[in-house]
Amino acid sequence: MTSPVLEIAHATVGYDGRPVLRDVSLTLTAGEVVAVLGANGSGKSTLVRAALGLVPIGAGSVALFGTPQRRFRQWHRIGYVPQRLGAGGGVPATVTEVVASGRLARRGVLRPAGRADRAAVAAALRAVGLADRAGDPVATLSGGQQQRVLIARALAGGPELLVLDEPTAGVDAASQEAFAGALRAFRDGGGTVLLVAHELGPLRPLISRAVVVHQGGIAHDGAVPEPAGHHADPDHEHVHPHCDEEPAGLWRSI
Amino acid sequence: MDLFQYDFMLRALVGALVIGLAAPALGIYLVQRRLALIGDGIGHVALTGVGAGLLLNRSPVLVAVLAATLGAVVIELVRAYGRTSGDLALALLFYGGIAGGVMLVGLSDASSGSLNAYLFGSLTTTSPADLVTIGVLGAVLLVTMLVLRPALFAVCHDEEYARVSGLPVRALNLLIAVGTAVTVTIAMRAVGVLLISALMVVPVATAQQVTRGFRSTMTAAMALGLFAAGAGVWVAATADTAPGASVVLVAIGSFLAVALLAAGARALLRRRGRSTPAAHPVEPAEHEVLLG
Repeated sequence: MTSPVLEIAHATVGYDGRPVLRDVSLTLTAGEVVAVLGANGSGKSTLVRAALGLVPIGAGSVALFGTPQRRFRQWHRIGYVPQRLGAGGGVPATVTEVVASGRLARRGVLRPAGRADRAAVAAALRAVGLADRAGDPVATLSGGQQQRVLIARALAGGPELLVLDEPTAGVDAASQEAFAGALRAFRDGGGTVLLVAHELGPLRPLISRAVVVHQGGIAHDGAVPEPAGHHADPDHEHVHPHCDEEPAGLWRSI
Repeated sequence: MDLFQYDFMLRALVGALVIGLAAPALGIYLVQRRLALIGDGIGHVALTGVGAGLLLNRSPVLVAVLAATLGAVVIELVRAYGRTSGDLALALLFYGGIAGGVMLVGLSDASSGSLNAYLFGSLTTTSPADLVTIGVLGAVLLVTMLVLRPALFAVCHDEEYARVSGLPVRALNLLIAVGTAVTVTIAMRAVGVLLISALMVVPVATAQQVTRGFRSTMTAAMALGLFAAGAGVWVAATADTAPGASVVLVAIGSFLAVALLAAGARALLRRRGRSTPAAHPVEPAEHEVLLG
């Protein structure tokens, strides 16, 4: 058994002295697909951002592939998919150009892109079904397609761990399916996934373990909770895991 | 062109061409980051450097490079850490910079004409030594911006992603800040402190109306900058107008021309598209504009 892919131990995270997460622990072993669930504002995004070092942790520790996060340098082993494409500025960029950024962690700042880089970018675009849009400006793509560009960017670097922050929020059905397909292929290739989600949709069968963040702590760590009450309605895709002693309505989002 | 038989006109032309090529290569990162006016602010700070240089009898351009670099680094640190009060801090820096410059130039023995030369540019007084400075700094800037394009693009496009990619984000941000300061100071000779941002930003704005990608925008913006610089100096030489203002007006004229042509091409395509449905309505517009 090798060291865990990600190990968060007793971490406390806060913004401006206001704690968002208190004494949180989470361990990911290779090959797992873990979903982090919770209501809006529960701190589930903060958890994965802290794992990546985008938010500093106040107490506790975070280790990536057995190395304390502060000393971790092998960033090519991690593929990060943010919630949405950043503001991006006014300058147009093609789909290929955005996805090519995913090769920088592997290639370094100074080395120019080679044949292996171009092949990896093309393969990543095929994996998310956007090969035909390679030369289009990203701004002309739909929200779901832009989200697929971001997962292609993360896949292009050939990571071992994919960290996705609400990748399917507001994404059309076709893109969700493409997304689930890309994630399944990644898992089948031996990859590990940490995924923040509000609604699981077609990703649900892929998830091997679910972690529920509630009021700054981890309320559940285990099987994917079943939707309850009106949330069990087949038309309602939101997943609001519940605890026995609390009414389901508590998890309702805005 | 008999006007260019004079050495000073030739130096003016070469200096302008170097700046026309280099300024948009840096400016594209500022536009990408929605900091299009930052060059203007750093220009104000550079003016204090000019004033200090004139007062201390040192090379104004060299002192301006130092002042502008310092100002750019402070602005970058305010941007990275300050967040809420950044806007006001920048305003203080800008106005302090220009007020300091005007005051220091006044205290020195320099005439008011020399202040004007830095405010609005004085291309025709470019000395051979100035030209060497412009050439060397311009070449270094250009090579840096082209070689580091993938990394700089990643940082300006999505800073958090760049951090998770392990890129030296802070160093790259400071590089852009220092590059801006260098561009501002070498462009100061050509177009002046008050018009510098135009050469960094307007060619990029013109190019991105018809381009689809970052690299093509950068290439087109550099070509447009080169054209504006060359045509501007030619207009200035033949019509005896201020070179800095002529260069900027040519750049803005190109922007308007391309905007009109692009709008016309789109309208034409839409009309044609009604009879024959076009698969890629945007693509042909590019070629029509290039022909126009």
